Amino acid sequence: MARSASFYVLAAFFACFVLFLYGPVITIGILSFQGPRGGLTFPMNGVSLHWFFDLLEEQAVGDFWGAFRRSLLLGCMVMVTTVVVSVMGGLAFRRRFAGATVLFYLVIASLVIPSILVSLGVGLVFNVLDWEVHWSTSGFGSQLTWTLPFGLLIMFAVFNRFDRAYEEAARDLGANRWQTFQFVVLPLIAPSLIGVALFGFTLSYDEFARTLLTSGSYNTLPLEIFGMTTNVTTPVLYALGTVTTVFSLLIIVMFLVTARLMRRSADRHSRGPVS
Amino acid sequence: MHPSAVNRLSGLLVLPLVGILAVFLIVPVCLIVVVSFWDYNEWDFFPAFIFDNYAYILTSPVTWATYWRTVQYTVITWVFCTSIGFTVAYFLAFHVRSQTWQIALFLVCTIPFWTSNIIRMISWIPFLGRNGIANSVLRDAGLIEEPLEWLLFSDFAVVLAFVHLYTLFMVVPVFNTLMRIDRSVIEAARDAGASGWQTLVHVVLPLSKPGLMIGSIFIVTLVMGDFITVRFMSGGQSASVGRVIANEIALLQYPAAAANAVILLATVLLIVSVMLRYVDIRKEL
Repeated sequence: MARSASFYVLAAFFACFVLFLYGPVITIGILSFQGPRGGLTFPMNGVSLHWFFDLLEEQAVGDFWGAFRRSLLLGCMVMVTTVVVSVMGGLAFRRRFAGATVLFYLVIASLVIPSILVSLGVGLVFNVLDWEVHWSTSGFGSQLTWTLPFGLLIMFAVFNRFDRAYEEAARDLGANRWQTFQFVVLPLIAPSLIGVALFGFTLSYDEFARTLLTSGSYNTLPLEIFGMTTNVTTPVLYALGTVTTVFSLLIIVMFLVTARLMRRSADRHSRGPVS
Repeated sequence: MHPSAVNRLSGLLVLPLVGILAVFLIVPVCLIVVVSFWDYNEWDFFPAFIFDNYAYILTSPVTWATYWRTVQYTVITWVFCTSIGFTVAYFLAFHVRSQTWQIALFLVCTIPFWTSNIIRMISWIPFLGRNGIANSVLRDAGLIEEPLEWLLFSDFAVVLAFVHLYTLFMVVPVFNTLMRIDRSVIEAARDAGASGWQTLVHVVLPLSKPGLMIGSIFIVTLVMGDFITVRFMSGGQSASVGRVIANEIALLQYPAAAANAVILLATVLLIVSVMLRYVDIRKEL
């Protein structure tokens, strides 16, 4: 069937949208290779790796590597917690239980409450109780209020499409509750868990507002980068942007490829010897 | 299982969730409400029960001006995100025919969501700056003689960044609802003599309302509560409600910040609860 004219118009619109989405980031990617005397805008004043080497010198840009290490660790903590808590919550919500509706709306509230309120509120709690705010305690908890709703909504969607016949079959074969979960449910939902993990890690790794008042004296990476925007006026800012964006992209690709491989192997298994 | 056993098991399963939300959401929000009645001086804040914080905020013309500005940001951003987001989702759902391409292009639209917002904001500097790409292109084309000063660090830049950051939040839910529309409904409309445009306006658009609502909830709450995009993209020149709160926090005026936060929260929750009347989120998952 021939494509209609509207297809080409919409395809052009879509292409412009993708350019709008990626163009700026690609530009700073290019500009981070500025020559040593180049500035924050075009033209390129030669091509070099100068600004990337500048990043390696710790004192020049603050504690960039420390911030990166903390963000990485925090991202992993948030990721694991998000996956575990979301799966447990998703399982619970398959049945009606007392307080389910209230809890559901609480999760939605957690998603829509402006992040600065969480930051301020958690900061106040720690302040009033005279506890010290730290990225691994108050920062960790504040980020969970943003990652958990995403994880739970994904799990709700997954379990809505889940065929309970598999579980019943397992139970008929004599598996107990835990065995059914471990050997039947978990392998079937595993590819989706990669998705939840991706949300958990990246949303934590990039979170700014919720960590602002709750990370204490040690900055996470986004806080460090934002601090740099106010006092760094060289392309080293772009170099840092490029490095962490490339890192994010690698993580995303890794998660997506893993999910795809797992889904493929799950498909193979579910087809089984019968077909 | 016996109902009470179901409740016990479910209770155990949601225990960590309830615990985390209680400690890091419910208690903090309650404390914000409490502290909004407290008193403060230059260096500390202390328990009291005064309405001064609210009285000051509600009678200050600055408050109304910032709310007005925030609402303007929200409405303009929403208009752009919705029209762009719907068009993109419509193209993906109805014009891309192979499923592989559909997934690939959908991923292209969502990947930026998983990268840093701060860096995506910074990345506008080389475009919009005084000697940026936009100005040089316009100058080379002979359209302007002096570089445009309002491109970067202006309200224009703020809205541009919002649209850049948040259009994805519209694309994803709208795409999701469009994919669920039974294709025979579209065929029926065509058989009944509807033109492509009529089908879009009278069939597709009404059926995509849930997705549009979910996207709108995201965009409205993200823009209303924002403080960092406004601060960065306006170069500190424009105010929004979130920025006022952030400034008060920086000045350690916690009770004032708390009172502002309570008003913001009430506004946002009011808007969201109205929007939720038009969509059943649990059905959309």
